[in-house]
Amino acid sequence: MTATAAVARARWRLKRPSIIPGFGLTLGFSLAYLSLIILIPIAGLFWRTAALGPGGFMAILMDYRTLRALYVSFGTAFVAALVNVVFGVIVAWVLTRYNFPGRRLIDAMVDLPFALPTAVAGIALTALYAPQGWVGSLFMPFRIAFTPLGIVIALIFIGLPFVVRTVQPVMEELDREMEEAAATLGANRFQTISKVILPGLTPAILTGFALAFARGVGEYGSVIFIAGNIPYVSEIAPLLIVIKLEEFNYAGATAIATIMLLISFAMLFVINLIQAWSRRRYGNA
Amino acid sequence: MSRSSQPKFRSPADERPLAKILLILLSLAFLGFFLFLPLVSVFVEAFRKGIGEYYEALIEPDAAAAIHLTLMVAAIAVPLNLAFGLAASWAIAKFEFKGKAFLITLIDLPFSISPVISGLVYVLLFGSGSLLGPLLKSWGIEILFAVPGIVLATVFVTFPFVARELIPLMEDQGTGDEEAALSLGASGWQTFWYVTLPNIKWGLLYGVLLCNARAMGEFGAVSVVSGRIRGITTTMPLHVEILYNEYNMVAAFAVASLLAALALVTLALKTLLELRFGAGNAGGRH
Amino acid sequence: MEVTINNIRKEFERFPALNDVSLKIGSGELIALLGPSGSGKTTLLRLIAGLDFPTAGQIFFGAEDASHHSVQERNVGFVFQHYALFRHMTVAENIGFGLKVRPSSSRPPKTEIRKRVSNLLDMVQLGGLEKRYPNQLSGGQRQRVALARAMAIEPRILLLDEPFGALDAKVRKELRRWLREFHDRTGHTTVFVTHDQEEALELADRVVVMSQGKIEQVGSADDVYDRPGSPFVFSFIGESSQLPVEVKDGTVLFQGQPIGISETGDGAGELFFRPEDVNLIDTQDALFGKVTASRRLAGTRIAEIDIANNGHPPYHVEVEVPLHAPVELGSEVRFRPTRWKIFRK
Repeated sequence: MTATAAVARARWRLKRPSIIPGFGLTLGFSLAYLSLIILIPIAGLFWRTAALGPGGFMAILMDYRTLRALYVSFGTAFVAALVNVVFGVIVAWVLTRYNFPGRRLIDAMVDLPFALPTAVAGIALTALYAPQGWVGSLFMPFRIAFTPLGIVIALIFIGLPFVVRTVQPVMEELDREMEEAAATLGANRFQTISKVILPGLTPAILTGFALAFARGVGEYGSVIFIAGNIPYVSEIAPLLIVIKLEEFNYAGATAIATIMLLISFAMLFVINLIQAWSRRRYGNA
Repeated sequence: MSRSSQPKFRSPADERPLAKILLILLSLAFLGFFLFLPLVSVFVEAFRKGIGEYYEALIEPDAAAAIHLTLMVAAIAVPLNLAFGLAASWAIAKFEFKGKAFLITLIDLPFSISPVISGLVYVLLFGSGSLLGPLLKSWGIEILFAVPGIVLATVFVTFPFVARELIPLMEDQGTGDEEAALSLGASGWQTFWYVTLPNIKWGLLYGVLLCNARAMGEFGAVSVVSGRIRGITTTMPLHVEILYNEYNMVAAFAVASLLAALALVTLALKTLLELRFGAGNAGGRH
Repeated sequence: MEVTINNIRKEFERFPALNDVSLKIGSGELIALLGPSGSGKTTLLRLIAGLDFPTAGQIFFGAEDASHHSVQERNVGFVFQHYALFRHMTVAENIGFGLKVRPSSSRPPKTEIRKRVSNLLDMVQLGGLEKRYPNQLSGGQRQRVALARAMAIEPRILLLDEPFGALDAKVRKELRRWLREFHDRTGHTTVFVTHDQEEALELADRVVVMSQGKIEQVGSADDVYDRPGSPFVFSFIGESSQLPVEVKDGTVLFQGQPIGISETGDGAGELFFRPEDVNLIDTQDALFGKVTASRRLAGTRIAEIDIANNGHPPYHVEVEVPLHAPVELGSEVRFRPTRWKIFRK
């Protein structure tokens, strides 16, 4: 009787016993800090949204300007992530497989968008792609900056390292023997790449796409300079939040933020699903 | 017997030389247009009117104040997140407990939130329509449109950097070293100081480096809470924006060039750490 | 398919991995390339496959000079040491891959591919596993999938790199026997690489013993074990001991003393013998030494014996002793090789 009770008690416990000290202190501090900085403020956002009521929430969301802003944000982020998938995979391939002068430097440069403040990226891209800029002038009268295409340019910049850095380590782990095996079975190089290598990279590519897309949807600093910010055309959702705040329209800002946050969480969930699926099917990918 | 003109062997796990060259050129062109040219243009625009104007733009009082504020915000935010990173990775990597995976997901949360929303949550928490804001104001404490708000927003967006670098590193190292030290009579603090810390120092440095770069460069979150009071609540990125919107391009790019230089230093140190000590992404199993 | 290898040389960055190697492989033969790591056996296998090209020399498939044919043109079945199965494809997709990538003119229709895949799966006794992914299979099953995949393209020759290297001992033995039966049934010309002599001797029609980029000896298991052609083969295959000797007037002398065996042709040489080819004997003209250890080895008992070498470290030899009359540690034993070989300096 007492023995089974002891077993039952032992079965549920917060942590496995350990001789290492400091669990209570470090976990306690971590949770307190996490709650104060992240969780409580986010909870506050949801609480304010709840106060709007479903009707109020939907009214803001269904406003044409809101819908357009969300459409611009998601649409441009999607296109940019697609471009990044294509070029990111090529860049990652070139960096892992080929040896050429300056490879190391280029490899380091790929992280530039992680390190360069977004506002700096924003004004630099604008200067470059504006009608009188180095690149922009080449394409005149076709305009890049101050159109949705400009947003895509900024989001390509922001998202590139997400794709490259997700795909690159998986490429490095690729088994060359797999490619040789395909060749002994009669596959030419194109077939080997399209039927053996790329399918093996699919989970990493999908993850990189999702990361670049998620980052692009929320991006603000690099976009607002190049976008032109014309309502209904090139106004992104984060900018609309800022505009509503400046008009002291907290309800509007809150509702748009909530819907964006929910979509971000959904994407996070999808990324986790992709990774769990690929682990289950292909072993640790 | 042997032939003089043998076809050159190409490994079956290799592309044609021509395809290789094309792919390399394509990559270089892409990176050139999207990474290299923007970076170069920052410096070109900054020096467009000569070094004199460049220097003027940096020592101008508002710019100096922005530089000062940026350094101060980073000096507060980075140590806070460092302390959190150490505590969280110790708890997560050295112990097995329920809800660990969920905790790791929560730590990564700020990465998937738009910077604007990161700022917005504090506006809602401390703004005039909230419970806390007016209360604190009556005690004389200003959060929004003041330095504390900027620090909070910066802490929010740079929150995961140190922790996410240290957690996998400490998990890889396991608990054997610590258990050995404890069994030899070391106290908990001694174990951490003499055993754990030396093992993770390069990863720690790497995380701090990335955290600092983001802290100094954050724009969206800070712009929402700052109120842009020139010379008082403008960090360097915000100052860049103000100058840019005033069409003061040389000054805007001059301040931007400092931030770009910071990014380049960060990249250089990061690459060095990866090459030398296998810190960061490059520190895989190989 | 008969394969002829003529004076092959292969250099990696000026370092010769293979040096003037020639070999004739008969149609339907099962050949083992045996040697320590670095002997060039895997390099030779990859050259035959076309995964690498020789620096000099030719490879003929039948009468056709295949030396500069690409791996795709050669139509060889290659089983990699770690199988190199495509992990994102099911077992059936893996096996059917070689048929699916054929140009449409020679590609069999889908139903035909499916039928062939299922026949091959039955042949390797994996029927019913078509929908599995490689990481859901055991090591032995993966190995057989790799074999079926290589067979699917109806290769002219089957090449296996360390086919049992990644398996545990028990599965290894089973698969070894199974591969022999498989070969006898299909009759494919087969070359496999191994560093395990037991595997090579048990399985192969002929064993090619390699060392340092050269072929030391080619022959049947009996040939290489009973009639080793070089000191390397003698010491690499089976257990052996060696002693420096001199032949004078037809008598073999060790340390200047006759040891009771005779040989024609005078001069210094190295005497090789196997532990089991030794008689314990009680006469003066014999080898003698002190027993330092005795160990049980399967159905026999081996004594380790130190032979004094005036002040220098003693010679160490091993001889088989009666299983049920163990020699005492520290005692002196006298013995004579009954079968031996002297390699001249």
